[in-house]
Amino acid sequence: MDAIVVDGLTKTYKPMWPWLKETTVLSDVSLSVGQGEVFGFLGHNGAGKTTTMKMLMGLLRPTRGSIELLGVSADNVAVHARIGYLPEAPYFYDYLTAEEFLRFYGRLAGLPCETVHQRVPQLLDRVGLTEARDRQLRKFSKGMLQRIGLAQALIHDPELIILDEPMSGLDPIGRKEVRDLILSLRDQGKTVFFSTHIVSDVEMICDRVGILAKGKMVTSGRIEDLVNEHVAQSVEVVCDGVVGDKLAEVKSKAIRILQRGERCLMILPGQDHLEEVLSTLRHAGGKLVSVIPHKGSLEEIFLEQTNRRA
Amino acid sequence: MRSLVVVAGNTFKETVRDKILYNLVFFAILLIGASLLLGTLTMGEQSRIINDLGLAAINLVAVIIAIFVGIGLVTKEIDRRTIYTILARPITRVQFILGKYLGLAFIIAVNIAIMFTMFLGTVWVSGNVIYGSLFQAVELILVETLLVMAIAMFFSTFSSSTLSATMTIGVYVIGHLTSDLKAIAEKSHSQLTEAVLTALYYVCPNLELLNIKGQAASGVLVEMGYQLTATAYGVLYAGLLLTGACLIFQRRDF
Repeated sequence: MDAIVVDGLTKTYKPMWPWLKETTVLSDVSLSVGQGEVFGFLGHNGAGKTTTMKMLMGLLRPTRGSIELLGVSADNVAVHARIGYLPEAPYFYDYLTAEEFLRFYGRLAGLPCETVHQRVPQLLDRVGLTEARDRQLRKFSKGMLQRIGLAQALIHDPELIILDEPMSGLDPIGRKEVRDLILSLRDQGKTVFFSTHIVSDVEMICDRVGILAKGKMVTSGRIEDLVNEHVAQSVEVVCDGVVGDKLAEVKSKAIRILQRGERCLMILPGQDHLEEVLSTLRHAGGKLVSVIPHKGSLEEIFLEQTNRRA
Repeated sequence: MRSLVVVAGNTFKETVRDKILYNLVFFAILLIGASLLLGTLTMGEQSRIINDLGLAAINLVAVIIAIFVGIGLVTKEIDRRTIYTILARPITRVQFILGKYLGLAFIIAVNIAIMFTMFLGTVWVSGNVIYGSLFQAVELILVETLLVMAIAMFFSTFSSSTLSATMTIGVYVIGHLTSDLKAIAEKSHSQLTEAVLTALYYVCPNLELLNIKGQAASGVLVEMGYQLTATAYGVLYAGLLLTGACLIFQRRDF
């Protein structure tokens, strides 16, 4: 059983006046996230990531399509007891202290009082807010609010954690802490579904990724598979002692050639003509310095896919 | 049920920390000032005026809290997006609305109880008789306040806070003028005016049914049958409005 199954999700806003066109913000989005996976939901601002997440949590009603969370229809709010959710740029009850805040969310999740009392100090410690436990949230910095937000999403030890832009507004240390937290959740067997527009965050911690552009799912899968499938793997060849006419023979095979003195660097579009180029260089008396196959990056796929839509 | 109680408890805490109970200080100053000023009047007049003033002040303070805090209960949650993390818990939207309502209802009941105790203390200290009718009047003030709160919550589920406040105040004012509306409608020569006024008469709650302050101030008791009917009317009306609020809230996107 998958942790998240989304099928044909569409959200259309009807205008107030019949002569205006309706706006489709999400169109036929389907995805699935396996249990224990870390899934990165990548897209530019306004691509529809938050809309999708809000529909997962029942905050928005889909125009079409179905959502199943942990094998249960998303319409059934009882499943929320097994899900932790952090919205984008969260705002919380600022009159509560950190401890009161977590106790409130723990009780709201249906935890018994004793469990809440045990979990609150553990969670505060985990997000590094033990010192601030008696401070009202109105006195918290943005980073601290993000951390207490993560703590409320985890207070009931959920199986599935949905995080909308969890790294936004955090400094590099804060971002690393959130990444480490997500990895530790994966180690505990939890499923994490998080959105971001920062590719490196996804590249570092995700098992799988989905790319959303203009309300449509343009691609999804394992990062490695996507990279192999979508991006041509170039090869960088460096050699010494080949200049002038001899170099012209291999020029047509390369996509780029840089020459500095005796040293020449050429980029071949793939491995197809590699052997031919190497043999030409050897015959020309060149001395091979290095041959490095270049893998494509998720960033390239992201830019290629989102630009194509734009 | 548990979620409902947790939301109600948090609403109570929120209202207390928003310093809503500071109104009690204003109320105490008003009562003490009034009793000192009225000390020079003859006994009968003094008692009636203190009763009139005390009941009117309790009513006014409670209704103001009901309207302005009642509207903020839902609109603030939506504007500040705190509702996202609440509805992400195993709690239905109906439980959320009812929890919010019950939390404020509780604090308003406590507020009225404290104001009424202060008022009775003033009556007693000024050497006047504490009439049983004062208890009847304050019970109906509580019912009216709970009804006004339901009106405020109903409007706030589908409109902005400013619009909700305007509409609630409008219904409150019309609610105290419904008998006049009917009389004007009957005398009107325009069919449209008659239809509009008649519709308002039937749609708006008749809040004058819950107003027995005038006779209560003079110590005249109302019949128990009337008291119970008026209470049932207010509670039923509030129930209908809350049902409407829940139905609208169920369909909302956030």
